[in-house]
Amino acid sequence: MQIDAKGLYYKDLNAQIRAAVAGGAQTIELDNVNGQYFIGDGINRPVTITVNGVPGNDLGAFMNGATLIVRDNGQDNIGNTMNAGKVVVHGHAGDVLGYGMRGGKLHILKDVGYRVGIHMKSYQDNMPVLIVGGNAGDFFGEYMAGGVLVLLGMFSDAVGNAKHGFSFGTGMHGGTIYVRGGVDESRLSREVGVFELNAADDMALRVHLENYCADFGLDVEELLKEQFVKVLPKSKRPYHNMYCQMPR
Amino acid sequence: MKRKPTHSFEKDISNCGLTGFIAKNGELVGGEVIMRSIALMHDRGNGLGGGFAAYGIYPDFKEFFAFHLMYESSLAQQLTEEYLDENFFVEQQEDIPTRRVAAIKNPPVFRRYFVKPLETDAYKEAVDFQNMTIEDLIVGHVMRINNEIEGAFVVSSGKNMGAFKGVGYPEEIAEFFRLDEYKGYTWTAHNRFPTNTPGWWGGAHPFTLLDWSIVHNGEISSYGINKRYLEMYGYLCTMLTDTEVVAYMLDLLIRKHGLTPELASLALASPFWESIDQMDKDDRELLTAIRQVYGSALLNGPFAILFASNEGLIGLNDRVKLRPLVCATKGEFVYMASEEAAIREICPAPEKIWSPRGGQPVVVKMNAGVI
Repeated sequence: MQIDAKGLYYKDLNAQIRAAVAGGAQTIELDNVNGQYFIGDGINRPVTITVNGVPGNDLGAFMNGATLIVRDNGQDNIGNTMNAGKVVVHGHAGDVLGYGMRGGKLHILKDVGYRVGIHMKSYQDNMPVLIVGGNAGDFFGEYMAGGVLVLLGMFSDAVGNAKHGFSFGTGMHGGTIYVRGGVDESRLSREVGVFELNAADDMALRVHLENYCADFGLDVEELLKEQFVKVLPKSKRPYHNMYCQMPR
Repeated sequence: MKRKPTHSFEKDISNCGLTGFIAKNGELVGGEVIMRSIALMHDRGNGLGGGFAAYGIYPDFKEFFAFHLMYESSLAQQLTEEYLDENFFVEQQEDIPTRRVAAIKNPPVFRRYFVKPLETDAYKEAVDFQNMTIEDLIVGHVMRINNEIEGAFVVSSGKNMGAFKGVGYPEEIAEFFRLDEYKGYTWTAHNRFPTNTPGWWGGAHPFTLLDWSIVHNGEISSYGINKRYLEMYGYLCTMLTDTEVVAYMLDLLIRKHGLTPELASLALASPFWESIDQMDKDDRELLTAIRQVYGSALLNGPFAILFASNEGLIGLNDRVKLRPLVCATKGEFVYMASEEAAIREICPAPEKIWSPRGGQPVVVKMNAGVI
């Protein structure tokens, strides 16, 4: 099913998408998208929506099981509070990706902005995975509580920029961050430490990356050629003494 | 009984939007282009403010200061015109052309004047004995009109440029001011969602002084400190809105104190002390000096601003990037906006598109010899 989004107001576009999903469509292709907000929000069915153009903010928010494929760049707040499903972006994306995400996958080919993976969380089988192929801005994994963040630093439009920004992992208290080729320790927050991967990490990372490579037609061995490091929080409650001493 | 859903996934988001572009070679572009870009971000505002700054629009009067005036009463107009006649040679004066737009309610009166200061006794005293420049005098006149004539506000006062702003969505304001009839080499636009201050005609962006203009998304929580600092240098804040201080601060830092735009940006969004500690000796000394001298110029709070003049266009974020800003280039054009889609609407295939880092200004200058 095809929808021409040219000049369409976001509410009208999303009403058409929702009607198509309710009507049982398996694949929906959106052409000439430019800036329409909330595409794919709250969709509960495993439908595949392809976006040709730049989708607006809050793409895939509250999404629960659908797949969104963006053939261009993305903007801010992708995958906000997403529950399940997948968002694939074939370009760069903006700030605050995967905010409070509690399941599903977010695969970005190129660079991302600030506060990516902020307060991602996991519970039992729900394990969000966010993979960035390029560089990331400051506050990567801020307040992260669960799930997996992977930073590759390989496919950047801004060659020469640092792989990641300052305040990496500020307030992180759960989850795992894997970074290809190591991190700049002067830019890490006090709440995190750097570790080597163990056998279980190697296995998990390979599965995540195979998934990622399948979306972009990449070779997983190429990605694994360099050593990864693992960044973990030092404490599950980094701020418990911030305002007053807690009773023991 | 069918239950209504308790939650709409589509919330109405609003958070101010800005966009702008510059043609470094001086190519003139019609106002309908910037209007398309800002209209794409319609939902970032709420109809309580829209505005535009345009450069290169008055080539026939480029030797004159173009005063755009807003009047809330005919008395204000009468007093201002008397004041202008006393102090200026007025080459031409006219109503700013407007179009009746249903959405625009009770607009004030807009007039424009192309002027040069008269060599009055006060002028001679200021220039010959107090070392003031003509620009200093213009700033003084703008402050006096805004402060002393009730209901009169200088919307802009630069050469070969003008600001057009008011209460409404930006595309309505563009329609109202007939911006499709102007051509400029640099344009900026703003879609307002007022948070802390009233949505009134003078409070819409851009804020200007001489040919500086500012559009801003964010909150300047250091407004009180900045305002008191500026008052020491004779700048008086009258627009009831935080953004005003940025326009005056840049005038002070760049025009009066001679800082480069890059250094002025570092005073407004200084690196953190922790980062300064890690710099090499020269940079560390420079940034330490800037923070010491210009502590009261530091802008606290989240912001993305576009800052334009006849010389160029600058985009700047707060140090931790709490507001969005995207830049792009195509040929002689450089674009800056809150959302990539606002750029792609008017430049579908840019050569380069990126998000600048917090606190790092993107400075674009007109090509040498164009202006």
